[in-house]
Amino acid sequence: MELKELYQEIILDHGKNPRNKGRCNEFNSDAEGYNPLCGDKVHIYLKVGKNKEVQDSSFEGEGCAISLASASILTEIIKGRDYNVAKKIIEDFLNMIKNEAKITINSLSDEQKTTLMSLSGVKQFPMRVKCATMAWHTFDSALEGKK
Amino acid sequence: MNINNVKSEFPILQEKLKGKPLIYLDSANSAQKPKSVIDRISKFYKKEFSNIGRSVHKLAVTATNRFEETRDLVKKYLNAKSREEIIFTKNATEAINLVASSYGEKFIQRGDEILLTELEHHANYVPWHFLREKKGAIIKFAKCNDKGEVEIDEIKKLITSKTKIIAVTHLSNVTGAILPIKKIVDLAKSKKIPVVVDGCQGAPHLPLDVQELGCDFYAISCHKMYGPTGVGILYAKKKWTDILPPYQGGGGMIEEVKKESITFPKSPTKFEAGTLQTAEVVGFSESIKFIENIGIKNIMEHEKKITEYGIEKLKRNNSVKIIGEPKDRGSIISFTIKGIHPHDIATILDDDGVAIRAGHHCCQIFHEKIGVAATARASIGIYNDKDDIDMLCKAIDNCKKIFKI
Repeated sequence: MELKELYQEIILDHGKNPRNKGRCNEFNSDAEGYNPLCGDKVHIYLKVGKNKEVQDSSFEGEGCAISLASASILTEIIKGRDYNVAKKIIEDFLNMIKNEAKITINSLSDEQKTTLMSLSGVKQFPMRVKCATMAWHTFDSALEGKK
Repeated sequence: MNINNVKSEFPILQEKLKGKPLIYLDSANSAQKPKSVIDRISKFYKKEFSNIGRSVHKLAVTATNRFEETRDLVKKYLNAKSREEIIFTKNATEAINLVASSYGEKFIQRGDEILLTELEHHANYVPWHFLREKKGAIIKFAKCNDKGEVEIDEIKKLITSKTKIIAVTHLSNVTGAILPIKKIVDLAKSKKIPVVVDGCQGAPHLPLDVQELGCDFYAISCHKMYGPTGVGILYAKKKWTDILPPYQGGGGMIEEVKKESITFPKSPTKFEAGTLQTAEVVGFSESIKFIENIGIKNIMEHEKKITEYGIEKLKRNNSVKIIGEPKDRGSIISFTIKGIHPHDIATILDDDGVAIRAGHHCCQIFHEKIGVAATARASIGIYNDKDDIDMLCKAIDNCKKIFKI
């Protein structure tokens, strides 16, 4: 495993200039994630519609390049998705990180799949897996209305 | 033993990681073990092992003797007055918990004050927090200054008639500041307040004489002293071991057990419940011999030289900010790099074989104060040399290259 596979251009870019940072307007659900090991924090804000579709999503937080990039990519990819699709993307992503599974969902473009897969290198660095997954678990909690 | 040849005594430092030599700069977290310690544990299990202090067979006698000889060695090393003052625990955390629990049980009431500093490791805060919850005590934190030091005046001004105990670190595991323990103890003595010293970082790097320091309790982490994991030591003045209640209950720490009542023996037995880390304690005797063989003053001098070299070299790097600038410092260098999170630094350094720690180092109070969630930390031990620092700096340059800084 080469280090450059972990710190790919796309991750460095999202890490340095995270998208959807801050509280999105009219958020109606949010959740906080915390990694006691390193003190990294993430706070996910969602605006969900009547059918739990994700109308808007954003995050606040501090952390390493991997965790910021992960939250940035996540909020970008899931914004505007129906509830079921959002759940499937989260499931696919966590499966990819934990079980080396492929991204199977077909509602993502090839570019989006590539973006998600850029985070898969983290599985070779067991101590860093949580950096990549924390935002996703927190997003799921916010989506399910769990604090 | 010459300190310049010390590296060869540590088998793990001869190992290669992904073809690269290991540059171990994480000794404040846990130090590596010399061959003599590893061999001693192995020999003990092969030839001398049995449980101690219980059976009458020959092995039990041998094992008990080896174990108690280590206590004698520790007593001598710390210049304690008696062997009753040396209590083996599972780690320094347990040593501090023992004091907080036993002393707290007997002497802390609602509204009493416990005085800590902002530099404390969680191991010297959380046990007191339990006491705060249980007894309604108050915890006060003596401020650290912008150099990462705690000045005696900061402690002085927080002492009141309600202060029942002062618990301070000997050497900060983040800023490297060495606290003025002797002055703190003198001040506390004049007010009849006992002092607990968290000696995790002090004991491996500074000369120790508990009688001269005058503290009431001193907690030691043996794995940071090139010794085995699973062993800590609590030095406790006899005047306290005589009157404090036992900490944990179980086998080995009783005198007589009846249905109605139980009596307890003297220290250290009173405080050592259950089967202890026998082989590890025996192995630790070799750590002390190893340190004595090189000489703690030589160790200090060597580590100071390498630390100063490291600080000077890191300071030349514009992106690196060193956390804390204490006048009296140990061999710890915490730093941040503008634009790179400490965990990314640690992962990238690791790829170059350089092992450092990143995070809050179990000191969230201090990190909150300086407004950063995490720092990177290089800590220098007996075996580190200037080449290790050069490798650290080279790896940091690589970090900056990857992050385009």
